[in-house]
Amino acid sequence: MSTDASNRRVVVKSLFGAAGMFAFAIFVLPPMYDLFCEITGLGGKTGDEYTAVDVKIDTSREVRVRFVASNNASMPWVFKPTQDSVVVHPGEPTEITYFAHNVTDQDMVSQAIPSLVPNNVADYFHKTECFCFENQPLAAGDQADLKLVFIIDPDLPAGVNSVTLSYTIFDITDRVADPIAQL
Amino acid sequence: MAHGPATLADGWRAYISRWVFTTNHKDIGTLYLWFSFAMFLMGGAFAMIIRAELFQPGMQLIRPEFFNQMTTMHGLVMVFGAIMPAFVGLANWMIPLMIGAPDMALPRMNNLSFWILPFAFAILTSTLFMEGGGPNFGWTFYAPLSTTYAPESVNFFIFAIHIMGASSIMGSINIIATVMNMRAPGMTYMKMPLFVWTWVITAFLLVAVMPVLAGAVTMMLMDINFGTSFFDAAGGGDPVLFQHVFWFFGHPEVYIIILPAFGVVSQIIPTFSRKPLFGYSSMVYATAAIAFLSFVVWAHHMFTVGMPIAGELYFMYATMLIAVPTGVKVFNWITTMYKGSLTFETPMLFSIAFVILFTFGGFTGLMLSIAAADMQYHDTYFVVAHFHYVMVAGAVFSGTAAIYYWLPKWCGKMYNETMGQVQFWVAFIGFNIAFMPQHFLGLAGMPRRYADYGLQFADWNMVSSIGAFIYGGAQIMLLYNVIATIRNGKPTTEEKTWEGAEGLEWTVPSPAPYHTFAKPPEFK
Repeated sequence: MSTDASNRRVVVKSLFGAAGMFAFAIFVLPPMYDLFCEITGLGGKTGDEYTAVDVKIDTSREVRVRFVASNNASMPWVFKPTQDSVVVHPGEPTEITYFAHNVTDQDMVSQAIPSLVPNNVADYFHKTECFCFENQPLAAGDQADLKLVFIIDPDLPAGVNSVTLSYTIFDITDRVADPIAQL
Repeated sequence: MAHGPATLADGWRAYISRWVFTTNHKDIGTLYLWFSFAMFLMGGAFAMIIRAELFQPGMQLIRPEFFNQMTTMHGLVMVFGAIMPAFVGLANWMIPLMIGAPDMALPRMNNLSFWILPFAFAILTSTLFMEGGGPNFGWTFYAPLSTTYAPESVNFFIFAIHIMGASSIMGSINIIATVMNMRAPGMTYMKMPLFVWTWVITAFLLVAVMPVLAGAVTMMLMDINFGTSFFDAAGGGDPVLFQHVFWFFGHPEVYIIILPAFGVVSQIIPTFSRKPLFGYSSMVYATAAIAFLSFVVWAHHMFTVGMPIAGELYFMYATMLIAVPTGVKVFNWITTMYKGSLTFETPMLFSIAFVILFTFGGFTGLMLSIAAADMQYHDTYFVVAHFHYVMVAGAVFSGTAAIYYWLPKWCGKMYNETMGQVQFWVAFIGFNIAFMPQHFLGLAGMPRRYADYGLQFADWNMVSSIGAFIYGGAQIMLLYNVIATIRNGKPTTEEKTWEGAEGLEWTVPSPAPYHTFAKPPEFK
């Protein structure tokens, strides 16, 4: 094979490799990261909507669930849990609320993103109903109690006596095509 | 030679055309080297501004916003503008000479890969004059600092990174093709000079990870301008993902910077020890092992983001593992010198300083790799001191050694040995005064990237600044030495400038003719 032909082969293979790595960075790494976090429960991302199954309530065990709220960046709403914490038995569905108040004079849409610590319990924290499954529109000046129903799985690792659920609320008004229609 | 290159005697137009349209590997190597030196001086000027502001506590000279731009630009310019192009320049000049090739495999692409670089850095530097200022988010440009909170000029920064990436990838492909296809008959892979080996491994690293960097900045670009949420939790993304992607590029990048430096030192130490390199094949395998391991240790840069203990342990042990092949290299360099008939010309002085100071920086790296201890060291001046020991005393010292070592071959003039040695000692002493105290500052808890600091850090910061000014002065001396050599150096025509030098580059006349090895040389 002539040098020119060998050079062309090296160029084609290398460019192919480089393009592959570019695609890998954009199209493979982010989903892989999400998958990794989902499997390991890292990042404290809780699962999607859970359908309650018939389990025995483990009254012998008590778990304290603490609630935390924070606002992202310039999000102006008042956003806080109605109760600081509750004590529950594993297996028992519990309803709590977060309070949100749009203090601005504009209609806004928000999205709450959950995070759970310690991060190895994300798989044992089930939500049957949650305001975080959808976005939360509030008209100017409106306020609302946002509902959350959760069940702690009876298989929760021994030694975990308290978990903390945190919501960060983000302003996504700009991302929603028609904020008013959301109301 | 009937068709020599145009000189100034042929008129300005011909002279400029020669450099703009050149496809000659020596011309392009020269362009890369001068460009990288210009960038080195610019990045150095930024460093001088940083150290001048940190000379005393409180704000004296610049505003904190501008300080942030200076630290960011210093890092970006030094990594992408000074060190990387300097070694590409050395590769262009020396690889064809070392393997007996007439030129690089792809001369036109070679021209392109150099000439897009000045545009990239013109774009990057121009951001300093824009409203809102240049990049101010640190050279690691973590999201959301570099996305949600970035200055308007961030799009220029992203575009500049794209161009630099394209340039590096083209340069690397060229090196791979040259080494694979253009070696002189008889030069098998395991007979190649070590500089060629380290560069070809570096080139593979570049082809693998520069696209990842391009991917990271592309995702930033889309988050900023097109409403995606790769790194934005509001839309389901995660800022920590940015750190993973960045360091998946970033850790191999530090070996991209240091491996060619290893190669240079592995050429110089045998020459002045008048002994062949000890453990040649172990050097090659150690280099390959370092390159491979660099892909699996990235998260040691982010021990503090919140990782499970298993992850911290894995990244800690994997990182410590890199010390093994690196230790093999250091052992081989020292053993090469052992019982050699040593002389201490300037290139050798820089190489020995490289071995000592790089090893020192390697040890502080081992300290940083301890996940539990890193919680204290993270983002302090200890980290700054560590990576300046490996990047400056590593890459820059070895680059300086390479300039003194090959300058007589490049221009046919001998540098002034006294001036070279004076420059070495000024650089060596200045460097250590500048960076040794930063270890103490870091251990005492001074965080990096701040424009101001507590009074308890005042003394060592003043010492560090004085050292930095001395080290900066040493670079002006280097520039003077190079120009003085080119203009008034003692002419040397002997092929072998250094008595103990081995290799094909020492079989061509000095200065190396414009065209060499039109016929492949004999290599035994």
